[in-house]
Amino acid sequence: MASGMVRTRIWRDILAGCLLVAVLAIVPALIPARAFQDFVIRCSSMALFATSLNLLVGYTGLSSFGHGMFFGLGTYSFALLMQRTGVALPVAFLLTLLITAVTAVAVGAICIRLRLIYFAFVTLAMQMLLHSVVISWVGLTGGDQGLMGGIPRRSVLGVDLGLQYNLYVFSAVVLVAGLLLMRHIVNTAFGTSLRMIRDNEVRAAFLGIVVWRVKLTVFVLSAVFASVGGMVMSLFVSGAYPELINWPISGDAIFAIVMGGIGSFLGPAVGTMILLLLNDVVTRQTEYYGLALGLIILAFALGLRRGVLDFITERLGGRPAGGIS
Amino acid sequence: MLRIAGLTKRFGGLTAIGDVTLDFAAGTLTAIIGPNGAGKSTFFNLISGAIVPDSGQIVFQGEDITGLSRAAIVRRGIGRAFQVASFFPSMTVAENLQAAVAAHRGQWADLGRGFPRQGVRERALEVAEMLGLHDSAHVLSANLSHGDQKLLDIALGLALEPSMLLLDEPTAGMGPEERWNMIEKVQRLWRLQNLTLVFIEHDMDIVFGIASSIRVLCYGRVLAEGTPDEIRANPAVIEAYLGTPDPEDDA
Repeated sequence: MASGMVRTRIWRDILAGCLLVAVLAIVPALIPARAFQDFVIRCSSMALFATSLNLLVGYTGLSSFGHGMFFGLGTYSFALLMQRTGVALPVAFLLTLLITAVTAVAVGAICIRLRLIYFAFVTLAMQMLLHSVVISWVGLTGGDQGLMGGIPRRSVLGVDLGLQYNLYVFSAVVLVAGLLLMRHIVNTAFGTSLRMIRDNEVRAAFLGIVVWRVKLTVFVLSAVFASVGGMVMSLFVSGAYPELINWPISGDAIFAIVMGGIGSFLGPAVGTMILLLLNDVVTRQTEYYGLALGLIILAFALGLRRGVLDFITERLGGRPAGGIS
Repeated sequence: MLRIAGLTKRFGGLTAIGDVTLDFAAGTLTAIIGPNGAGKSTFFNLISGAIVPDSGQIVFQGEDITGLSRAAIVRRGIGRAFQVASFFPSMTVAENLQAAVAAHRGQWADLGRGFPRQGVRERALEVAEMLGLHDSAHVLSANLSHGDQKLLDIALGLALEPSMLLLDEPTAGMGPEERWNMIEKVQRLWRLQNLTLVFIEHDMDIVFGIASSIRVLCYGRVLAEGTPDEIRANPAVIEAYLGTPDPEDDA
């Protein structure tokens, strides 16, 4: 009976994902604006990134301030593989996942020993370190200029991602696939172990859970999904730039989580949409983007005291933030 | 079942546990008593692997478990509950217990199948029933009464199907009536589940009422051990801890 309910839940999620892709595929026929497609591509990239960070922040209680290093590593590693080697796009994609995972094991092994603010700051320091390597290693990364010169051989199974519409549908498919996989992760027994550690690490250990293994695993998994977001961004900007690996990008993901809702699976994705919309609207009106965004964040943190999706869930009589979805 | 030899733990200059040698026989219900700061909780933390002893040996069912991790000791069959109820506040009672059952079945790292897997839900409800928590199965554990939270903590330990259960002050913070309610449940558990149970308790009525044997700790050392009757008559215990018995209180 239990597994039957689990299966229904999975099919419902998959169906919702397919519907989203189908709807998005049709929209450009009705609204031909290129800006909309750009928006969806950027949203897909950042939503994957923010949702992956929420595996750490929301589900495990590990507040990483340096998660952007894996997003940035995704953009750079993918762009370099495409520009400097002759491998096909899917191979570069998989190699980038591998590079990210190996890096995350090394970084995670150092960071997960620490807790709370110490964990936050060491992850931040790690990202700053990676950023300065990118800036100084001009021969490999192009330094401040970034990796210009575009992404060649953009074809996947005969589909040319050089065409705007194709990249748009591709990014939506990658987003949905990534979200479904992460959704699956939080719904497994491993996902329950994450919540146990967040709620009460000591109790989890006294129930036989090897806490460091769970933490390291989720650290690597979330890094890999952030890297996928980075690769979508790399395809969108046709290269890789230092801003994509610098620490404020980690802040963007945290803003997205705070605004969308830390306790809902889709909260960070909703928050990403709000963040990017604000970004586009506010920058058109004023150059004081940071000030405006800061005020809005304050309103969320002090006024609403939760993200949009958490707020709606609670209004509909759901579990308070942080519950099992 | 559990043999402890020469166990010592120092915190800086303070000897929390000094050269403690004790035996716990299978199937016993043992109370550990002693004044505040006697090292009772430290003793539990040493057995369960929360802290590593400076010297000495802990042998459980013939195996040396000294220095093993918390998780490794849990897997060998020692469960515990805490002085301050310890559970997962964002989950319901049922979810708490399902999580514990899944952990016990070694599924905690399972990334393949959905949670809970076959049989976990049913087993969690069984455990809830053993402690009378089945009526609040779908209550958020953070919203439970203090007494029920203590019961949930014990239930989490019990979900591990332990052969030995360590309870650190199961009646802490409870009123007199609630205390006896809790103790009856603990006693029934001990009888029905074939457990070796060790508990720390301050209420002497409870200790002498239910324990089959007693260990007295004082300043990190074993002051006395024996049956309730032996302890009641022990002059060292009377002097250090129990006080002079009433004339009519037959030792």
